[in-house]
This record gives sequence, structure tokens and C-alpha cells, in this order.
Amino acid sequence: MTASAVPAPTPASTGEMSRIRGLKTRRNAELGLLVFAMLLVAAFGATVEANQFDEIRPNFWVPAALIGLLFFGLHMVVRFTAPFADPVLLPSVALLNGIGVAFLRRLDLENAIANKLAVPGFFAETSGRQLAWTLLSLILAAVLLLLLRDHRVVSRYAYTLGLVGIVLMMIPAVLPASISEVNGAKLWIRLGSVSIQPGEFAKLALVSFFAYYLVRKREVLSLASHRVLGIDFPRGRDLGPVLTVWLFSLLVLVFEKDLGTALLYFGLFVVTLYVATERSSWLIIGLILFFGGVYVAYLLGDLVGGPFANFYDRAEVWLDPFSQANYERKSGNSFQLVQGLLGLGTGGLFGTGPGAGSPFKVPEVRTDFIFAGLGEEIGLFGLSALLIVYLLIVERGLHAALAVRDSFGKLVAGGLAFTLGLQVFVILGGITGLIPLTGQTTPFLSAGGSSLMANWLLIAMLLRISDAARRPATSGPERAGGGPKKAPTQLHGAMTEVIKP
Amino acid sequence: MPEFVLTVARFGFLILLWIFVFTVVGVIRRDLFTGGRSKSIVASPRGVGGAVLQGRPAKVKRGKAARQLVVTAGNLAGTRITLGEAPITIGRAEDSTLVITDDFASARHARLVARDGQWFVEDLGSTNGTYLDRGKVSGPTPVPLGVPIRIGRTSLELRP
Repeated sequence: MTASAVPAPTPASTGEMSRIRGLKTRRNAELGLLVFAMLLVAAFGATVEANQFDEIRPNFWVPAALIGLLFFGLHMVVRFTAPFADPVLLPSVALLNGIGVAFLRRLDLENAIANKLAVPGFFAETSGRQLAWTLLSLILAAVLLLLLRDHRVVSRYAYTLGLVGIVLMMIPAVLPASISEVNGAKLWIRLGSVSIQPGEFAKLALVSFFAYYLVRKREVLSLASHRVLGIDFPRGRDLGPVLTVWLFSLLVLVFEKDLGTALLYFGLFVVTLYVATERSSWLIIGLILFFGGVYVAYLLGDLVGGPFANFYDRAEVWLDPFSQANYERKSGNSFQLVQGLLGLGTGGLFGTGPGAGSPFKVPEVRTDFIFAGLGEEIGLFGLSALLIVYLLIVERGLHAALAVRDSFGKLVAGGLAFTLGLQVFVILGGITGLIPLTGQTTPFLSAGGSSLMANWLLIAMLLRISDAARRPATSGPERAGGGPKKAPTQLHGAMTEVIKP
Repeated sequence: MPEFVLTVARFGFLILLWIFVFTVVGVIRRDLFTGGRSKSIVASPRGVGGAVLQGRPAKVKRGKAARQLVVTAGNLAGTRITLGEAPITIGRAEDSTLVITDDFASARHARLVARDGQWFVEDLGSTNGTYLDRGKVSGPTPVPLGVPIRIGRTSLELRP
């Protein structure tokens, strides 16, 4: 089915490149950064082996080369399908993904040494599985880039995607706990040895739906308002959707026992609203609603327990993780949080060095607490570098949102970039004790297929939008004639770009 | 492994990590200024060193070619449209390239068409007319750079 779509855009885009010499695709910069990122992954692997085996074995570079090969594959796909895409996105994500795999391999190595087992192969254990998940994720991302030549096509399936998103989000809540509950949070579908976290995919579908909905309603939402205390408050009936989503996210909080996911969905909606309407009142209303809801849930957890008890426990533990009472709590004690904090503290400024720490003292170090485990080994300096890489990824997403010419793309890119940032904030805030701890995965680092696949799809979408944003605007005739699909009529006026004087 | 090597590896990794971050920032920075710089760097060597006879007319045309349509007055003031080769339609109709919400504009008011790098403005039978500077546009009229095209309360200009 791609055969009909592929030949049309390729000659047009190469013609374009020769016509406009000033605009560079910067694909070679991407390749260079990618090689650099893989060198870093190899250096991490080498240091780990030096610390664990007391020697650097000659094949230390193989995992880095393997994963580098996968990224090179995606790079080639980007080169041909999205030649103007942002050059920084792919290598930055590749670095995080590669460090994640390298750290998981480091855990496997230590495990094997401690149990006097043979050194695990490159495709064995958690790191091998993560490598396989990476391959699958990259294939999905490449397929998305190949099939979706114009991000605006997504807006046609907006309502379907919205429904899919809500269904995916609600499945674990209605399934029996034996299938869906892991460590007290009902976020999973477990079928035998495979477990899927459908919520990870739900956010992608929901972003597309929100963006479409808001492109259609933005005028009503931003123009009709009352001014109270210098802030524009929208009319009651326009508040309907935001209140619905608020209730929905509280329901998720109650049934799935997970503050992080609730915060993610709610924050996502509020920020897309803010981006669509340019009204700060939405942010204020959103924050008040969220904190109000959370505080009520906390009080209810204290008074009635039941579905709110889990959240109450987490909040108590967050308020004072080092108190003896919290450490010995019956349900949800502060052991994890304390071990994570001690791990980070042991690392100090520069860390113990890759492979020299003791990450197995931290529970769940492969998934939720991978940042604590990494933090012990690379220290504050290393962690802040990784955080800046996340920040740059989010910044590039927002940049694509600013530069793309159609409102739907703006909202999708802004929403996706913000979700990624918020997710990092939620898990990192949880680990470091800034907010109550919730079981979110660290994007691209944690072991786990669903998260990796969903986040790579997110990056593929950002690449597609940033390609549209940076592509020179001469593609008008190409779109109308050879382009695969015409823009939906609802997104009219899409090609005008307003720059506020 | 001697302690020294481990320490070098430990700090070396951190330093490399930060070098990566700064390289990424450098790429982003170059990307931000690429538009402004490429004009000055790419355009002048071609004028100096290129084939004189063949290069000159192309260069002159390129130098004068309009690259942007800028709205200078009216509701949409500040809007810029990057010009390609596609014609640009202006009017209140929602499928226009530039949708203007101006009481004096017609649904399909005017059209800008490029021919051999020169842009022509053409009135599409509007009620209140299209003006190039002071004169009313009756047929396809070439639009020089920086001369205002007036449609109702909106004025537009071609910019290099």
C-alpha cells in the first residue's frame, strides 16, 4: 500500500532541495550526533566492564554497535521520508535509549557475576529484551513515518482516536486486579509473560483528539469570557469538556490507583487548551482543580480509605519518607523511596562511576527507579546532563509546534512534547521526593516495551511535524497535485503563519 | 584495573556526556540562525566567482525576487506568507491562502501569481477593488517589491 504513495513525494522533495539552497536538511549533522551518542553508549559499556570485570573485554562495543545499527536504520528512513525533520531529536533520544540499554546490561552483568553465572549474551536477559523492544519500537516509528506523509491526515481519524484513547485508558480499570494490577497500580494488561501498559498508547491518541477538538472550538473558548480579577474566565458551558476530563482523570486516579497517570492526562488537556486559546486562566483553573481534587482524595483516603487509601499512603510517605512509622508502614512503606534517595545521595556530585555503584539496593531499579540507579553511578553531573537532553527534546518539540503552519500540527506537537516533559517530571519528582511517588516509566530509559514503543511513536510524530515545519513553503503545488491527501476543510487558513509584531 | 584508569573513565564519561549536550545545543544554535546566515554566505560567493555571463541575469532576478508577502496594515498585520511558486489567493472565502476578515473585501478578492519570478496581482472581480499603491488594478499588474497592495483596510507588500 505504500507503493503508490512513495514515488510521488520523493522526486518533488529532491527538486525542492536543489531549488532552495539556503535551507539545509541537516541530515548529516543528525548522523554525526548519532555516532557521537553511540560512542557515549560504548564508553559507558567500557567503564562498566572495567569496574565489573577489572578488565575491558575486546567485545565491549558490541551492544553499542547493535543499537547504533538500529538507530542508523531509522536515520535512513528519516533521510528519505522526512528530509527536513529536526536533526537533534533522533540522536538525543538515541542517547537516552542507548544509555538505558547499557545500564540494563550493566545490571545483568552484575547479576551474573553475583550468582556466578556465565556472562550473559548480548540478546539475553533484560538488556537483550530491551534491545528487541527497541528494534520493534524503531520499526513502528519507521512505519509511522512511511505511512503518514502529512500529519494533518491524522485529524480525519480524530474521533476514532479519541474513543480508542479512552478505551485504552479505561481497560485496566475495569479488568480484574489479577490481570491488571502490578505493585498496587492497576495500569496493566497481563497476558502470560507479556504485560502491556495501554495507557502509554492512550496518551498519543488523546493528544490527537484534543488537538482536533480544540482547533474547532478555539474561538468559542478564547473569545467568550468574563473578566474577574483581571483574569479571563470562560463561560460555564465552555468549561464542560475540561470538567469532564477532570472527572475522568480523578476516576483514573481512584480506579487505577495512580496519581501520575491522572496528572499526565489532566495536564495534557489543560496545556493543549492553553496553547489553543492563549488564555492563562485555563492554567489557573486547571491547577486549582487538580490540586483541589488531589487534596480531597488525600482527605478521603484518611477518612474512608477504600480506593483512596493507596494515594493516602503515598502522600504520607512523601511528606516524611525517613520517619520510622512510614518506613514500617503496612501498605506502601517508604522503603523504595528511601533507598532511591540514599542511592542518589551516595552518588553525590560525580557518582561512583558506571558499574561501580550498587544499584541492586534500590528496588525496581530496572523500571521506575532507573534514574536513582543511574544517579548513583553518574552523579548529579551526569543526571543533569541527561535531564538537559530531555529538556532539549521537549524544546525541539515545542519549537516544531511554533514553526509548523497549521493549528492542528501546532497543538499535536505542543501536546506531545509537553506530555514527554510532564512524564519525566512526574517520575523524577517522585524519585527525588518533590511530589508523591507514582509508578511512571522514565521515557526511553526504563525497561519495558509499551513505554518504549509509545514514546518512539511520539518521537516519530514529532519528526513528521518538524519536517512539515522546516520544509520550505514552496510545497504548495506538490501538496495539491502529487501529495497523498488534501488538508481537511476544517483546518482552513492553515497555511498562514501569524507572527505577532 | 589501576585506580587511575577507572577515575579517568568515570570523569571522562561525564565530560563526554556534557560535550554531547553542548554539541546538540550548537547544532540547534546553528539551526536557529541558518536562515540569516545562509543568505550572506551563499549569495555573495556566487556573484563573485560564478560564470559571469550566465550567472548574472539569474543572480539579478534572484536578488530582486520576492520571498515573502507581508501584511502591513489591517486585522492581520504582521502575518507573513513565504512565497513559493503557487499562486496566492486573497479574500474572505475560507479556502483562500490569505483569509482576510475585512468588511470591504470580497469572498474571492484578488490573486497573486508568479511568472518567471515576477509577481502579478490580479483583481478577481471584487466589489470594492484592489489598489496597487494608488492605482486601481484592472488587469494582471506586476508588483514591485515594497509597493503596498490595498484591499479594503488591509495592505500587503512583497518583501525580498
